[in-house]
Formats: sequence, structure tokens, C-alpha cells
Amino acid sequence: MTSSSPGVGLPPTDIRNPDYFHKVVDCQWACPAHTDVPGYIRLIAQGRYTDAYLLNRKSNVFPGILGRVCDRPCEPACRRGRVEEKPVAICRLKRVAADHADESYRDQLPKPATKNGKRVALVGAGPASLTVANDLLPLGYDVTIFEALDVPGGLMRSNIPSFRLPAEVLDREIGDIVGMGAHLRLGHRIESMKALLGEGYDAIFVGTGAPKGKELKLAGRDDDPAHVHIGIAWLESVAFGHIEKIGEKVLIIGVGNTAMDCCRTSLRLGAKDVKVMARKPRQFFKASPWELEDAEEERVEIVINRAPRAFVTEGGRLKGMLFDVMEYEVDARGRITAERVTGEQFYPADDVILAIGQENAFPWIERDLGLEFDKWEVPVVDPATFQSTRPGVFFGGDAAFGPKNIIWSVEHGHQAAISIHRHCQGEDLRDRLPDGQNLQTSKMGMHEWAYSNNYDPAERRLMPHVSLKERFQKLDVEVELGFTAEQAAAEVERCLNCDVQTVFAAKLCIECDACIDICPVDCLTITRNGTEDDLRTRLTAPADNRTQALFVSEALPQTGRVMVKDEDLCVHCGLCAERCPTAAWDMQKFTLHHPHAIDHAPAPAAPRRFGT
Amino acid sequence: MSYIAKPKVAHPQLPKNDLGFTVRDYEGAMSTLCAGCGHDSITSAIIQAAFEQSIPPHRLAKMSGIGCSSKTPAYFASASHGINTVHGRMPAVATGANAANPDLYYVGVSGDGDSLSIGLGQFLHAVRRNLNMVYVLENNGVYGLTKGQFSASADLGSKAKKGETNQQPPIDPVQTLVSLGATFVARSFSGDKEQLVPLIRAALAHRGFAFIDVISPCVTFNDHEGSTKSYTFTRKHAHVAMYADYVAPAKEIRAEYAAGAAMPVTLHDGSRIVLRKADGAYDPTDQAAAFSYLTKATAAGEIPTGLLYLKTGRPDMHELANTPDVPLATMAWEKVCPGSATLGKIQDRFR
Ligand SMILES: Cc1cc2nc3c(=O)[nH]c(=O)nc-3n(C[C@H](O)[C@H](O)[C@H](O)COP(=O)(O)OP(=O)(O)OC[C@H]3O[C@@H](n4cnc5c(N)ncnc54)[C@H](O)[C@@H]3O)c2cc1C
Ligand SMILES: Cc1ncc(C[n+]2csc(CCOP(=O)(O)OP(=O)(O)O)c2C)c(N)n1
Ligand code: SF4
Ligand code: SF4
Ligand code: SF4
Ligand SMILES: [Mg+2]
Repeated sequence: MTSSSPGVGLPPTDIRNPDYFHKVVDCQWACPAHTDVPGYIRLIAQGRYTDAYLLNRKSNVFPGILGRVCDRPCEPACRRGRVEEKPVAICRLKRVAADHADESYRDQLPKPATKNGKRVALVGAGPASLTVANDLLPLGYDVTIFEALDVPGGLMRSNIPSFRLPAEVLDREIGDIVGMGAHLRLGHRIESMKALLGEGYDAIFVGTGAPKGKELKLAGRDDDPAHVHIGIAWLESVAFGHIEKIGEKVLIIGVGNTAMDCCRTSLRLGAKDVKVMARKPRQFFKASPWELEDAEEERVEIVINRAPRAFVTEGGRLKGMLFDVMEYEVDARGRITAERVTGEQFYPADDVILAIGQENAFPWIERDLGLEFDKWEVPVVDPATFQSTRPGVFFGGDAAFGPKNIIWSVEHGHQAAISIHRHCQGEDLRDRLPDGQNLQTSKMGMHEWAYSNNYDPAERRLMPHVSLKERFQKLDVEVELGFTAEQAAAEVERCLNCDVQTVFAAKLCIECDACIDICPVDCLTITRNGTEDDLRTRLTAPADNRTQALFVSEALPQTGRVMVKDEDLCVHCGLCAERCPTAAWDMQKFTLHHPHAIDHAPAPAAPRRFGT
Repeated sequence: MSYIAKPKVAHPQLPKNDLGFTVRDYEGAMSTLCAGCGHDSITSAIIQAAFEQSIPPHRLAKMSGIGCSSKTPAYFASASHGINTVHGRMPAVATGANAANPDLYYVGVSGDGDSLSIGLGQFLHAVRRNLNMVYVLENNGVYGLTKGQFSASADLGSKAKKGETNQQPPIDPVQTLVSLGATFVARSFSGDKEQLVPLIRAALAHRGFAFIDVISPCVTFNDHEGSTKSYTFTRKHAHVAMYADYVAPAKEIRAEYAAGAAMPVTLHDGSRIVLRKADGAYDPTDQAAAFSYLTKATAAGEIPTGLLYLKTGRPDMHELANTPDVPLATMAWEKVCPGSATLGKIQDRFR
């Protein structure tokens, strides 16, 4: 018999802490707003698009927008990408829900309650402010949004090109929020925080984004300013029709997502030869792989190892730019250890677009209001409550901690809304509801589960695109066509249902090994307990991914050993539970309760729940 | 029974053996046995051992009779040969197959009913002729397939699921085989792969009849209180009498073995089995000592496990009968069938 001294070892895993199972749902954990991804994918699989849309909206507020342009931190996290090459097309499935949801979804949106007498001002109409409005209006708040531009949406409107995000989608989803009764003051730039404070609002939320594009102060920069553009300002001018043309040869400096939008927009304004100039090799690019792919599909050339040195002009007209040719030494861990200039190279250009980053700027906030700024001129904001150092003034989105993305702005908005609500009710901002969980068995019969447990080996579906010829004819031809019904039906089956958790009852286990033998990815081991380092060397299969937890059971009744599960690669096939003679394993659907403002409100505004 | 088959998706870093196969390449069809059956665990141990031994799956021949246990060859090594014979008759068919082709690894899987009840005669004669094969007896004390009647290995006083008590003494296959002078006699437990896998590897390397009695609880008909073949009872009473570590041919024997208490035995292919006694045990190469130990320990209520008796160097069936040591199928036709004139000459010798 295997020895079974209890000895030193890990304590049993506390599965009552919602974080444990939440982490197993890699996509949901990675999503800043903790969208119930497997939940909505199952609804799509059942053809329940409207429910899928509403489940999304509960967390991320903008399913149609995000289904097209989300930064999708969920996809690199997706477990499917660890058991085979490509993650589930989570983001584009969100779009499927939005494309097919029935208009009747509007009937199920939260209704504005009778006014509670509290007035809240939101500065800027980007996704952060819009989320705050979305969360506070149903609680009876009187919400006013001040926006400098003539249209709401923030950078989603002014910078994300319409060939990625059509205006109708923005209009619809923003309209749903404003339609709950927000006062939207367009073309109304707030010039003074002091003045705004004087208007007697119960709370102020600053969602003004990070509006300043970074400069590149090099020789010749100001010799032909009409042909050197700041990326985000240029995109805004294009979006609002102030710029309609660009030269034939365009150089884009920088290789982040803004650069990708700049190069693709240039092609639509008449450029023929567009080069994106990158200082470093490809593995150091900031742009998401899919944005790079889309740009390269449009024949944009990405030139690596070129550091800008000077703008070259002749007779006051831009001719091109001079670059240092760089060489790098990279160590085993992929970090640059040395760099050298090995030469120089001139690239001709009619226009240059600088896309090297954004910064916050708050010229309109006076510095004597008890509202502290740090040495980088960034406001001091509490990362949990989003309150500034002046009670009643909150920040969120890019304005809070610098440029991020839409989904982070949304989550900031949710959290700020909770704080604003508690502030207005005179409650402690820090006394927030914790995350909660619900676990419910998925067992339907002997070997039947309430989810599609079989592993489908299908590969990731490819998003169909409009032909190159067609897409360049107009600025706003949406490039992605969306999944067809067949593609969506195949893609949903790739989801591993990571929210259907393996829940273990140690006292029932007779140590027959059936679960261990059947597990296709060798997640399970019965062994004597030990430290994590030790256990990881004694498991059925290599367990080198330390970002993924080990589940450790209580001591098993017969030998005192423990059941250990490496969560890393579990495909949630349920076979462990099917082969267990005593039902010691069960497959249980995990539902996360990530509280929003409405959950902090007193009854009758009960928490919204959408079943899956 | 499950509705879905074990998916082909696998852990991306599964180790590969000398042939470049992963353990998944040794799997078979999805088991249709009851969930939790000990037999499935043994299947998995066989898969693991064949993988570790780097046996090309097509060089395995799976032999079995009838019973839940005898169904299990379908659940491992799909890419190998196999035959599911008549109840209790697997040893005869295995003998014939082996006679025709000595070049395969024969792995017999049988049950206590198949081997000790209906097939006892066949079984013991295969032992006598030292047929070169691994013989795994999946011992659950009942006829599982026919719904749990006592088999010939049921212990005196053991209780059936519905309460009746077994009145007849058991046939202990281990004692029986040691008394017959079988060349490799082991016992293990389906719930202890750490012991079972090396034993199967050693059995695969052994030339001659390598027998492993594996206590394999029948979760459906013989895992209750009062059973002496349940998971709980076996765990409580199993006692390692002889540790056996399998050492592959090229590997060094670890220094701690060389020190004394351990006894390395070299097999014909250069691999070794290192035997280590548990407290107060006996010399596992001494037949009388082994038999005496086993009878006493068993009478005292213990279930002795490990490699309990080992005799290398005894001729196997082919050596005894002086038959060709190449597969008949590869020999020239004139040699396999030398014609009626030669037959006549042979017959004349017996006139
Ligand atoms: C080119 C580009 C492409 C991007 N692509 C993506 C993408 O594909 N996916 C993604 O997730 N994110 C993307 N982002 C980032 C994303 O757009 C932002 O992170 C997000 O919009 C920030 O939201 P926000 O609510 O904080 O502010 P913003 O969206 O910046 O909105 C701020 C609003 O406040 C207004 N405002 C500012 N000051 C005042 C004032 N004093 N008074 C009144 N109004 C004021 C502005 O006019 C603006 O409308 C991209 C950004 C850029 C620049
Ligand atoms: C000649 C013959 N007699 C009887 C049977 C009925 N029968 C089928 S399996 C079995 C017993 C199997 O018991 P065992 O070998 O212990 O296998 P287990 O199912 O327990 O693994 C019997 C009696 C048969 N199939 N053929
Ligand atoms: S559900 Fe169970 S059997 Fe399936 S992969 Fe996960 S642990 Fe393994
Ligand atoms: S199948 Fe069930 S009883 Fe058997 S080892 Fe796994 S959890 Fe324990
Ligand atoms: S009846 Fe018994 S021996 Fe047969 S499969 Fe079921 S548990 Fe195994
Ligand atoms: Mg039996």
C-alpha cells in the first residue's frame, strides 16, 4: 500500500471563496467587468440571442460595441488556447448576440425609478461616464452628462474608425442609456471644476479620458507642421469630416493600436504606400495580434528596428524621415539586454502620423480644491472606490489611471457608481458588498448534464471580411461581416464551459482511481499531501503553469491521502463525475455575483439575474 | 457506461516513450464497465506499463475469456492484436497463438471465475508448460458479469451483497501457483498503481508464465460490508511482503539497493527486478520458504502482495518442445509444411 502519513501539506482548498472557482473561468476572471462568458455562449448555442445580449449587458453595458472592438483580455486567457492553439472567438460571439438580439431586449432593461432627489454630474460622455449613468439612473438619480463634443461616445466615436465600429451601433447602445432619462449636454466643455462644484451636485464623476497625444520632439518637427499629425487628433478630425485626404506615402510612427487605426484610415483617404515604423522587433509590439493581422491583410508594411532621428524637409515641404537602424540583444527570458545603432536609413513620406501614446490632461481642474495630483499631474484616485482626495469627486476610465480600454472604463464606471450611490446615501464607501457565488449541480440523469460536455475538436472559425476592393471605397464600410449562423453554431461548441465546476466531496471517495484514469488531460492525482512545490512534481502530468491553482481536498477516508486537481487544462468534460461510482465528483454550474450599484440599493430594486 | 467517449484532446506536455508515443497511444475503446470497477484501474495500469516499456502496440496480443474482466482488453491498446475466447478457454488459445508466433507480447486478462472456476484446468496447464505470457487475474471474488454469484476465490465467511455467507474454501491462485513452481507469481491491488505498474513491466520482461493476481473490487456486487474483496477490506489487510522495482536494461541500479537488503535479479533481456523484503519476509526465490510464508500470512488474515515468487532461467514452452523460435508465418512454406513424404517418415517413427 502507498504510505499515507498525513504529515505537512496544503490545507484543503476553500471553495467557498468565490475567487477560487472564478479563477477557473479564465475568461471571466480576465474580463475587467467579469462578463459571464460561458453563460452567454451557452445562450447563443440555444439560439437565445436576446438573453445572451442582456446577460452581456449586465456586466459590460456595450455588447454590440465590445463585440467588435473590445481589447478582449479574455481571449489570451481562454483555456481553449492552452489545450490547443486558438482560444474561443469570445469577442465575436458577443457580436453574434448583439446582431441577433430581438428589439424586445429594451423591454427588459432596468427602468428608471422615481427620482431620489440626488443630482450627479458626469464630465465627458465616454464609456466610463455612460456606465455610471447606466447604473445610477435606475436607482432614481438625476444624471447630467457634460460633453465637449457634439456627439456622445468619447474615443469610441472620435477615434475608433467607423470601418471597425459603425455609428449605428454606437447610437443604439448609447441611446439605450441616455433614454433612461439622462440629461445630455452636448457641445458643453467644462472649463472649471470650481464652477462645477459650485452648482451643488451631490457628486461629480470625471470621465474625460486621456485626451493628449504624445509629441515627438525631433529636428525638423515644426518645419512642415501641416504634414506631421498627432494620431488621436488626426483620427478625430477624420471622424468628424475635417480631414478627407492624405498624401500617397505615409509613415506611421509607433506600433500600438492607435498606429493600426491610423495606417488603415490612411489607406481609405488615398494613401498608396503606408509604412508603420517600429523601434523594436515584433515580439515587443504593443498592438494586439489581431489588429496587426488586419492591418497586414490590407498590405500595410510594418518595418522593424527603426528609431526615428529627424524629420527631413526641403523648402518647407516634408520629404520624409531619417531613422537609426537598430540592433538588439535579447536574453533567454526575452528581455532586451543591449541595443546598438548599426546605420541610418531615409524613408520618403508625404505625411507622418505620430502614434506613440496618450496622456491625461486636466487644465480645467484648479489645483486648490483639495483635489490632489501626483508628480506626473495625474489625480490621486483610490483604486477601489475611485474617489479622489476630495470627497464627492470621482474619476474613472482613462482619466483615472491613464489610457486603458473600453472594458476597463466600463468596470471603473460600475465601481464608481457604487461609490457615488453610497456617498449620496451617507454610507461608508469601503463597506461594499463582496463578490458572491452560487453553485448548482448540472446533473440531469445518469450521464446527462445540463451543458454540452463533449469536447468538440473544431478549430476556431475565421471571421469573414469584406473584399479589399470594396472596403477602401468608403471610409465607413465595416470590414468584418460577423459570423454566419453556421460559424456561430460551430464556434460556441468550442467553449469548454469552464464555469461548470468540478466539485469534490472527499468523504464520498473510495479511491478507486476511476476519475484519474478517465481524465483526458490528466488533471487528477491521489497522493499524499505536501507543499505546493513538492506536489507539483508528483502529479499525473506536468503541472508547470503556476498561474493556475491546485485544488487540494480534505484527507480521503480510506488512506488519508488527498485528491489533487491541477486546474490548468481541465476541459470540463464531466467524465470524472460520470465515472465516479459514489458521485464524489459533481459538475456544478458556478454563477458569480459581482455586485453593481443596483445590488447596493435597498429593495424593491432586486438584483437583476439572467438565467443560463 | 458513459454517453461520450474519452475525448482525444490531451495534455500538451505528455511525456513520450522511446518510440515517440504518449500514454494516450496505448488506450482502447471507452469502457462499458460499471463506474469505479477495479478492472478499469488495472486496464489503466496495463496501458501505463506498455507505454513505459515502449512496446510497439502492434507487437501486443491481448488474450481473454469471458467476464467483465475478460472484456477489458477492448479498453487498451486498440492498435494491437487480440481475441476474446470462450469462458475459461483463453489459456488454450493463447498456447496455440504463442506456438505459431513466439514473437509477440502475450497479455492475458482473466477473471477469478474464468480462471479458477470454469477454467481452472486450462489455467494450471498453461502454468505447467511455462507459456511465455503475462497473465493478469482480475480477482473480485464474484462472477461480476452474471450479477455477482460467489466465485472460486470467494473467502470462507465472506458475505454476498444480499447477505448469504460463502461456505466453501477459496482457491488461492498465488499459493496454488507457487506450489506448482510457476516462474513469476505476484499479487497486487487495483487501487495501488505504484505497485502494480512496475509489476506489469517486470512481467512483460520476464520469459515464461508471469502471473499477477490483482484484487479488483467489484463496486456493484462485492464492495459492501462483509465482503473480503472490497476497497476498504483490501486496503486494511493488504500487506507488502516483497517490494519489486523494475529496472530497465540500460539503467544503473541505485546505490541504496546495492547495499544489502535488496536482491537484484537479472532477466533474459538484461533488465533487472530489484526485490526488497518487507520485515521478516523470506527469500522470494526459495519455493518452500515462499509457500510457507504465504500460507501462514494468509491464515493470519493478511493479504500478502508484491512479487512473491520468482524463478528465472526455466525453459518456456518453446524451449521445452524444441519448436522454432520464429513466427511460423515468416518461415519458408516447405519448412512449415514439408509434404506428405516427410509426414510419412514421422508417422513411421511411431509404428
Ligand atoms: C485610436 C484609438 C483606438 C482605440 N481602439 C480601442 C479599441 O479597439 N478597443 C478598446 O477597448 N479601446 C480602444 N481605445 C481606447 C478607448 O477608446 C478608451 O480607453 C476609452 O474610450 C476611454 O473611455 P473614457 O470614458 O475614459 O474616456 P473617453 O472615451 O476618452 O471619453 C472622454 C470624453 O470626455 C470628453 N471631455 C474631455 N474633457 C472634457 C471636458 N472638460 N468637458 C466635457 N467633456 C470633456 C471628450 O470629448 C470625450 O468625449 C482606443 C483608443 C484610441 C485612441
Ligand atoms: C461456458 C460458459 N458458462 C457460463 C457462462 C456465463 N458466464 C459469463 S461470465 C461468467 C463469470 C465471469 O466471472 P469472472 O471471470 O470472475 O469475471 P468478472 O465478471 O467477475 O470480472 C459466467 C459464469 C458463459 N459465458 N460461458
Ligand atoms: S471534467 Fe474531470 S475528467 Fe474532464 S478534464 Fe476536468 S477533471 Fe478531467
Ligand atoms: S472516481 Fe470517485 S470514488 Fe473513485 S477515486 Fe475518483 S472521486 Fe474517488
Ligand atoms: S459488475 Fe462488477 S466486475 Fe462487472 S463491471 Fe460492474 S463492478 Fe466491474
Ligand atoms: Mg470475478
